[in-house]
Amino acid sequence: MINILTTALHFIGITIFSAALGLFFMGIARKIVARIQKRYGPPIYQPYLDVIKLFGKKAITHGFIFDFGTIMAFGGVIATLFFVPLGAWTLYSLNGTVVLIIYLLAIASLGMAMGTVGSGNPQASIGISRALTQMLGYELPYLVILFGLIYKYQTSSVFGLAQAQAGGIMNWNLFTYPVATVLAFVILIGMTGKKPFDAMIAPSEIGSGPVVESGGKYLGMMMLQKSITIIVELALFVNLFLGGADNILSFSIKMLIVWILATMVGSLFPRFKIEEGVKFFWKWPLIIAIIQVLFIIY
Amino acid sequence: MKEKFKRGKWKEFLDWAQNKSLSMLHYCTGCGAIELPPTMTSRYDMSRFGIGQAATPRQADLLLVTGYLSTKTLRRIIYTYEQMQEPKFVVGFGSCTINGGMYWDSYNTIKQLDKYLPVELYIAGCMPRPEAILDGFLELKQKIDSGEAKGYEEYEENIEFYHKNQEEVLGEVQRTQ
Repeated sequence: MINILTTALHFIGITIFSAALGLFFMGIARKIVARIQKRYGPPIYQPYLDVIKLFGKKAITHGFIFDFGTIMAFGGVIATLFFVPLGAWTLYSLNGTVVLIIYLLAIASLGMAMGTVGSGNPQASIGISRALTQMLGYELPYLVILFGLIYKYQTSSVFGLAQAQAGGIMNWNLFTYPVATVLAFVILIGMTGKKPFDAMIAPSEIGSGPVVESGGKYLGMMMLQKSITIIVELALFVNLFLGGADNILSFSIKMLIVWILATMVGSLFPRFKIEEGVKFFWKWPLIIAIIQVLFIIY
Repeated sequence: MKEKFKRGKWKEFLDWAQNKSLSMLHYCTGCGAIELPPTMTSRYDMSRFGIGQAATPRQADLLLVTGYLSTKTLRRIIYTYEQMQEPKFVVGFGSCTINGGMYWDSYNTIKQLDKYLPVELYIAGCMPRPEAILDGFLELKQKIDSGEAKGYEEYEENIEFYHKNQEEVLGEVQRTQ
């Protein structure tokens, strides 16, 4: 009984921590983008205020499917979070968590797709179809790289892959396989929906895509979902290529550095059309990833 | 002070959060649209006051009516306003929304915005400069924080008055609220 309670508390603690950290990262990203555009920018705590405001607003529902889709998106990403080791917080170190995480991340997107179907807005449908198409684009090279790493270290748990890089900075995949790391970084920009690959959000074109019809509390929930998604994707990157960390503080700092770099790169580029984005992912990252994997195997 | 006591601590807290974070709907009519890009971008940068852009009416809480309103646009403005989620605020820009301005004798523009929608605040000028817009927004933030900006409640209370005025110029209006 006590065991179950502590596990439940652990789950809740991790969820709250990740949501708070993700919102903090979003605030930092806004500030960085503002400074690159020669603006002062909103305060770093602005996303927290936004979430409080959004949960204080009234909200209109578009039926049961809309509610269910929003909750499925939020729940899917929380379920993903439990399989990602955050520093010393490792709940599961089973084999196969790498593949599981990739699958579970798709659940969040499918939940969003369900919500957009419920809202019946054509712009939302365009947005989510773009998001799923883009997912098809970046997952292929990412999985090729991951299978290379799995073959090399003979383990398919994220925890195991992070452990395999232990023992000094030169053991990190960043230094042993720099090409794969750069590729994964480009893919990370696509995963987080940053500037060259943000065709699914595109505020001036399709009105912020999947969240067109979400107002008030629904938008607040989507914002929390986004913040946890950022943490999951960054944590996966840090575990796979920067050797993880043994405590949460240094882990957060590593995530923050990756996030700042991704934001800076993202704020420099204009937007790809969706077919250009997918073509890009299936051309150079895929070719280079296959060459890298052949290099690892032989 | 008495009004503040009535609001209750929780409502006060929500109003405080609302005043710190406003999403503005970028729906531009008339010439005021030109004044907003410099207000948003690096020269004046209103995001430092927590005012950002929203892409759709559902996500927005601030509706800017930036200039004269032809009756055709008024219909869209009313649909947009009724799609927004409470709490929601309307700001009128320039003399055109106050008394018709240079369109005072035009046959197809409306002269006084607050007959059709509850306006929290007018920003005078033809057109107001970005400094004036920022000043107006800061005053709006103060009004929200002290709980005076209650236009959306007023709209619901006097809904017959507003509907009558709207239907006078537009004929039939499709209602969502």
